[in-house]
Amino acid sequence: MQERLQELQTEVLQKIEQSENLKELNEVRVAYLGKKGPITEVLRGMGKLSAEERPKMGALVNEVREAISVKLEEKQKELEEAEVLEKLASETIDVTLPGRPVKAGSHHPLTKIIEEIEDLFIGMGYQVAEGPEVEKDYYNFEALNLPKGHPARDMQDSFYISEEILLRTHTSPVQARTMEKHQGKGPVKIICPGKVYRRDNDDATHSHQFMQIEGLVIDENIRMSDLKGTLEVFAKKIFGEDREIRLRPSFFPFTEPSVEMDISCKICGGKGCSVCKGTGWIEILGAGMVHPNVLEMAGFDSKKYTGFAFGMGPERIAMLKYGIDDIRHFYTNDVRFLTQFSRHEE
Amino acid sequence: MFVSYKWLQDYVDLSGITPEELAEKITKSGIEVEGVETLNEGIKGVVIGYVVQREQHPNADKLNKCLVDVGEEAPIQIICGAPNVAQGQKVAVAKVGAVLPGNFKIKRAKLRGEESNGMICSLQELGMEGKIVPKEYAEGIFVFPGDAEVGTDAIGALNRDDSILELGLTPNRSDCLSMLGVAYEVAAILGREVKLPEVRLESSSEMASDYIDIKVEAKEDNPLYVAKVIRNVKIAPSPLWMQTRLMAAGIRPHNNVVDITNYILLEYGQPLHAFDYDRLGSKEIVVRRATEGETMVTLDDVKRTLSADHLVISNGKEPVALAGVMGGANSEVSSETTTVLLESAYFSGAAVRKASKDHGLRSEASARFEKGVDPNRVRVSGDRAAYLMAKYADGEVLGGSVEADTLTVEPAVVSITLEKINRVLGTELSMNVIEDIFSRLQFDTNTEEDTITVTVPTRRGDIRIEEDLIEEVARLYGYDNIPKTLPEGSSTPGHLTGYQQKRRVVRHFLEGAGLYQAVTYSLTSEERVAQYALENGEAIRLAMPMSEDRSMLRLSIVPQLLEVLKYNSARQNENFGVYETGAVFLANKGVELPEEREHLAAAITGVWHSHSWQGEKKPVDFYVLKGILEGLFNKLGVSSQINYVQAKMDGMHPGRTAEILLNGAKIGFVGQVHPTVQKNFDLKDTFVFELSLKAVLEASVEPLHYNAIPRFPSITRDIALVAEKETASGQLKEIIAEAGGKLLKDVQVFDLYEGDRMEAGKKSIAFSLKYEDPEKTLTDEEVTKVHEKVLEALKEKARAVLRG
Ligand SMILES: [Zn+2]
Repeated sequence: MQERLQELQTEVLQKIEQSENLKELNEVRVAYLGKKGPITEVLRGMGKLSAEERPKMGALVNEVREAISVKLEEKQKELEEAEVLEKLASETIDVTLPGRPVKAGSHHPLTKIIEEIEDLFIGMGYQVAEGPEVEKDYYNFEALNLPKGHPARDMQDSFYISEEILLRTHTSPVQARTMEKHQGKGPVKIICPGKVYRRDNDDATHSHQFMQIEGLVIDENIRMSDLKGTLEVFAKKIFGEDREIRLRPSFFPFTEPSVEMDISCKICGGKGCSVCKGTGWIEILGAGMVHPNVLEMAGFDSKKYTGFAFGMGPERIAMLKYGIDDIRHFYTNDVRFLTQFSRHEE
Repeated sequence: MFVSYKWLQDYVDLSGITPEELAEKITKSGIEVEGVETLNEGIKGVVIGYVVQREQHPNADKLNKCLVDVGEEAPIQIICGAPNVAQGQKVAVAKVGAVLPGNFKIKRAKLRGEESNGMICSLQELGMEGKIVPKEYAEGIFVFPGDAEVGTDAIGALNRDDSILELGLTPNRSDCLSMLGVAYEVAAILGREVKLPEVRLESSSEMASDYIDIKVEAKEDNPLYVAKVIRNVKIAPSPLWMQTRLMAAGIRPHNNVVDITNYILLEYGQPLHAFDYDRLGSKEIVVRRATEGETMVTLDDVKRTLSADHLVISNGKEPVALAGVMGGANSEVSSETTTVLLESAYFSGAAVRKASKDHGLRSEASARFEKGVDPNRVRVSGDRAAYLMAKYADGEVLGGSVEADTLTVEPAVVSITLEKINRVLGTELSMNVIEDIFSRLQFDTNTEEDTITVTVPTRRGDIRIEEDLIEEVARLYGYDNIPKTLPEGSSTPGHLTGYQQKRRVVRHFLEGAGLYQAVTYSLTSEERVAQYALENGEAIRLAMPMSEDRSMLRLSIVPQLLEVLKYNSARQNENFGVYETGAVFLANKGVELPEEREHLAAAITGVWHSHSWQGEKKPVDFYVLKGILEGLFNKLGVSSQINYVQAKMDGMHPGRTAEILLNGAKIGFVGQVHPTVQKNFDLKDTFVFELSLKAVLEASVEPLHYNAIPRFPSITRDIALVAEKETASGQLKEIIAEAGGKLLKDVQVFDLYEGDRMEAGKKSIAFSLKYEDPEKTLTDEEVTKVHEKVLEALKEKARAVLRG
């Protein structure tokens, strides 16, 4: 009997090992461990055994059963795993095919530049001021120390609607309006972005409509050195930490002293190249100390208050920053142009 | 202003400073030097030659065979095509091996069988512009004066071994429209002296006043008129050095008398005019306004009709010059002139500007008068010109001058404290530094304690107030030397307004939904301006448009966006969407400024959702764009205030357009562009919306408030209705919501069928209704009670019944 059991064990373990799938394995289980299986048969024969032999035999049968179940379980696990792997293998996809596109547009490059500048100055305590694009001659010129007949009016030939109303030629009237609103009380700290219009024929470097962004600070004890420091912060943020600035004297009717700011040319590092016309410097913006006439006209006491103002063209900044060669691109809105500005910029 | 580096050395010592270094210094201290041109760049090997012999080329009618002495052992043979070459001339010869502008190398050549060992040059061939070359040499070679030395450098003789600094002058620095003005500026920068030009007049016994009488009627336009008379002049070419200086400044030489007036204009910035005294037709000059309709012929042989705005110089009867602008043909200096009446005057900028503008005559003279000349140079300019006419035209200068003078000239006197200068600049300069700067500028100063009083010469009319003095200090002290600080005063919070923040939210939302931001022009054509306008406002027209296409301010943005789509579609970009935020402009009768409204518009076309290799390609439809709008309104928290109603509108598809209402008021529209318009723009199906961004952003919005997450389960009931085809789903939804009351939490359309299986004029529409009670678990009976009410209401109000 003992021999028969050992024979059985060897036979079953071999059958289990040979099973190729879960179905075969189950058949083995039913055939050997089932009610009509050979092991049950062995157990039935135990009644013929003596009282001493019975427990010994019982233990042996349990041992054999245990060995078979362990093996069955092992094989079951092994076959299940193989089956999963096979199923997964059949589900393989080509991971190099493109994914489903997510629709995403982007800011116009001019908005990108303007928001970047706005955010920089907001961080320095400025507010964003806006005003009408169709303006009174008074705010566009007269309040800015440009009386009728002033020769500097030639510098910016304008689109008039009537004798007193025109399309603003710069965003400075927003400054004049804001100052007036403050009724002679500082501080004023604003940045004014917006569209402006001048009588220019559209070509690669001129546009009858373009953007401007201007800044104005009025308080007691505002100094030229504050303007210089502020402009340096701006230049380094927008164009890079390695850029130098220089101020050159200039002329604007609404500021005195007036300056123009250059930044060092990135392309040649200051040695001179075609982009900077050999000077090593690139003109970026105009600025100056607010003219006392402008302060007084807006109701500020020019003995008590001083201020600085600066103005720049987002088109020019974008053109320099991104290497755009034609100002008309900004207003044609070619998708092949617009899509180039959609990615995040460091 | 073109400034000759060589000429400038007549007035300031420039030793040790190259033209480029000088340009850099001038730029940094205030006047932008826009360019430095080296006149002899790329020229080599050109000498003065003497034409020993000239004969006809044996084989060519238009060529000359010349023997030219160039200072070498034997004369050389040169074939020359210039019509004016002649024996006995001194000419510029480019020898074999010479190089002319454009890297043109001179080689030995054979022309129609005759050897040519060089080239006789015109001034154009030496790099000069045709319009400044003296007329007699404009079509041929240039002929040097007899005293030119054969074999010497022709380029040096023409003063082309020079550099020209091109100054970009701002309107306030018209003082630098003269060599002397530039000299004062350069002297201040370098800390050197200014040498003034020579004036030595030998008085004649006869007096100018015996010849002429001056009467000024228009005293305001002409407060100072100075006349001198120069007799026995011999009209001839001016000396070569004067001609070359004029040409380098861009002025064409004529004859000695005219050239001298132009030379003084460049030297002092004071325009002069020379009349032929004998052709004046009278012995008096009357300066007056023209009479309306009066005519005169100017030097350029154009007959001008004048008005009472124009200032003229007359001989007492008729105009002989348009004051400060151009002389008259009737009194022009010619080769026969023997007596010159020389005018040196101060004309007001306004009077000259009016005439030069009306007649389209902008000249070197008018430009200077318009900006204002130095009243203290009027007399000395005339004296120096008379001196030069004596010297270079053999003239006899009559004694004295005849003047009409009502001009008061007072230099500006401005005081400022040291403290103010330092306070405005952020510097710590000492009074010594300030005094030194003004002394370099040759401004007189007087210092008392902390205050410096500056007397500004009349040549610097731009300096009138303290701030002007501060600028002089800043620019000559150097902006590089001013420290960098940040404002220290009261601190201000920086932030966007709520409106500005929301505008950014709108942009980010629309871009997240796949739209690109466009920026288009505000100016449009009369034809386009009223299209897609949100309301029937009146558009605004420019007084003087540059073109018909850009003559009116837009009333809507959609036409501009359709133009953008068209542009891109024509370039194989047929599937995409754009949006724009910007102003539209409505005329505002009775109020001064028009009304500007900020609008938001979008346009999308072509395939919207696509995934190519999975074969998915969904063209844009009404609901794509409406979905974007709904998402935007959700984002802004105004959804519950928005409604859409079917509408008809010009340019839009009659069945696929909705008006957008905000609390019942129309604020915009959304829909498909009319197929005819789509065809005109070469577009596939295109959908647009435009709305008043201002209205949306200013709508009041409930503050964010947390609603407890329901603790009790909800019950959903679906209903399929049969309704009239015309009954809008929105209307059904409203009925359901009203009847459902508080327990009904949500209603969604989940199916729509309008096909053949329906009875004519009917459609099937299915809704999913969600019931919920925050306080307890709803029972079936409770829901059924409300649900029955909903069905009843649908039947009663919209004849919509459950589908059997
Ligand atoms: Zn460069």
